Amino acid sequence: MTRWAMTVDLRRCVGCQTCTAACRTANATPPGVQWRRVLDMEVGEYPEVRRAFVPVGCMHCDDPPCMHVCPSTATRKRADGIVTIDYDLCIGCAYCALACPYQARYRADEPRYAYGEPTPPEEARLDRGRLGVATKCTFCVERIDAGLAAGKTPGVDPEATPACVNSCISQALQFGDLDDPQGKVAGLLATHRHFRMHEELGTGPGVYYLWDRADG
Amino acid sequence: MKPPTEFGPRPWQQTSWDARAATNFILGGTGTGLLVAAACFFAPQAGWRVLAALGLVSVAGGLGAVWFELGRPWRFANVALNPRTSWMTREAYASGFVFAFGAAAVATGAAWPAWLAALAALAFVYCQSRMLRAAKGIPAWRVRELTPFIVTTGLAEGTGLALALAPALAGGAPRWVGAFFLAVVVGRIGAWLAYLGAASRHAAPRARAGLEAAGRHVVVLGTVIPVVAAAVAFALPAVAAVALALGGLAALAAGWRAKHAIVLRAGFNQGFALPALPVRGAR
Repeated sequence: MTRWAMTVDLRRCVGCQTCTAACRTANATPPGVQWRRVLDMEVGEYPEVRRAFVPVGCMHCDDPPCMHVCPSTATRKRADGIVTIDYDLCIGCAYCALACPYQARYRADEPRYAYGEPTPPEEARLDRGRLGVATKCTFCVERIDAGLAAGKTPGVDPEATPACVNSCISQALQFGDLDDPQGKVAGLLATHRHFRMHEELGTGPGVYYLWDRADG
Repeated sequence: MKPPTEFGPRPWQQTSWDARAATNFILGGTGTGLLVAAACFFAPQAGWRVLAALGLVSVAGGLGAVWFELGRPWRFANVALNPRTSWMTREAYASGFVFAFGAAAVATGAAWPAWLAALAALAFVYCQSRMLRAAKGIPAWRVRELTPFIVTTGLAEGTGLALALAPALAGGAPRWVGAFFLAVVVGRIGAWLAYLGAASRHAAPRARAGLEAAGRHVVVLGTVIPVVAAAVAFALPAVAAVALALGGLAALAAGWRAKHAIVLRAGFNQGFALPALPVRGAR
């Protein structure tokens, strides 16, 4: 089996938001909708202040609460672990947004543009099918599927890899098959101490945060 | 510096559901309680069909309000597609039975469809409670103690409204309806305190503050006044109708206040938290 997953090396992330910009460019999300965000966390008090940059988005959970609550079956989970939304089925009740413990879901009811009036690219890429429905990070599923069809390997070949991972300047984001013991993701998890966000909720997120070497 | 065990941005209030969604829980609970009271306590007394019809209107009003919140309202029928796991779908099915049996009861005046409508109404309000609990992203909603409160407050609100309307619509209420009202009000305050305790263990401070503010109304308006009213009604039969009507309205108002607070004041997510900070540089 294949289980697509992502690792985020918190030691490497510098909070540059390039992944955020890459996601918005790749997926044409409007202002206010950020499928990939980078949180800037500051901990402690001067002079003992620590800072962490934490990329977040849809965690593509093993047991996604958003899917269970969805009354229309618009939210589904593929066999490879990617959680999808059928925009043609979604009724826009936003129940999934409340069920998601990661605040990964958005609903935009009308077109929004960066400068009020649409720029030509915004106009060209406006997808009215995504208005009034839930949207979120897809792990760039179209790229993955197209890449696989072309014989590429997600996480290795950029053509088959999520835009945020491709864009990461410090290689903090990595993508791959969790079930491939020789793969990049499995290797990173074997050699690093890691956690998943809100693990106690039992959702089984598909995004792992690395924070130290395993032998550290 | 004392090493913190969790780090992260503070929770913030959900904005996905607004007053329209809260109205569904408010009117839905009251309507189902009114339907139960009409079917179980007032039928076949004169006027029970009016009470039942008002219960149906209340449930419909709640569902109508939430319909206006849908991003794609004309796809509303898709709500029925996931009975396997979605409590929203189950609520929709329960509402179908509520309206089918309720309409039959109102139209024919027969008792059996009224009882079935009351059963469906109980299922409906139970589904509403489970809808909130399934919202895993909201700590104040996902506690199991929420279900008894949502169900008991629905019954308290509906019975209270029935008691308030009975003098005008049904020529008064049977004496033991007051006893049931008293029991359900006492049950509700127990359920509320249990819920408040459970929610306070998990919810954000501002969510707790919102619940505690509403809790004061649940205690005074929703419990003390109805209990005193019921005591007066039992002691002084001459003013029983007025006392129970006032107590019923107070119980109704407290229930609405509490559900408003749960949906719109306690709907904080849990933010993000890191169980460990990144270890950078030389050790």
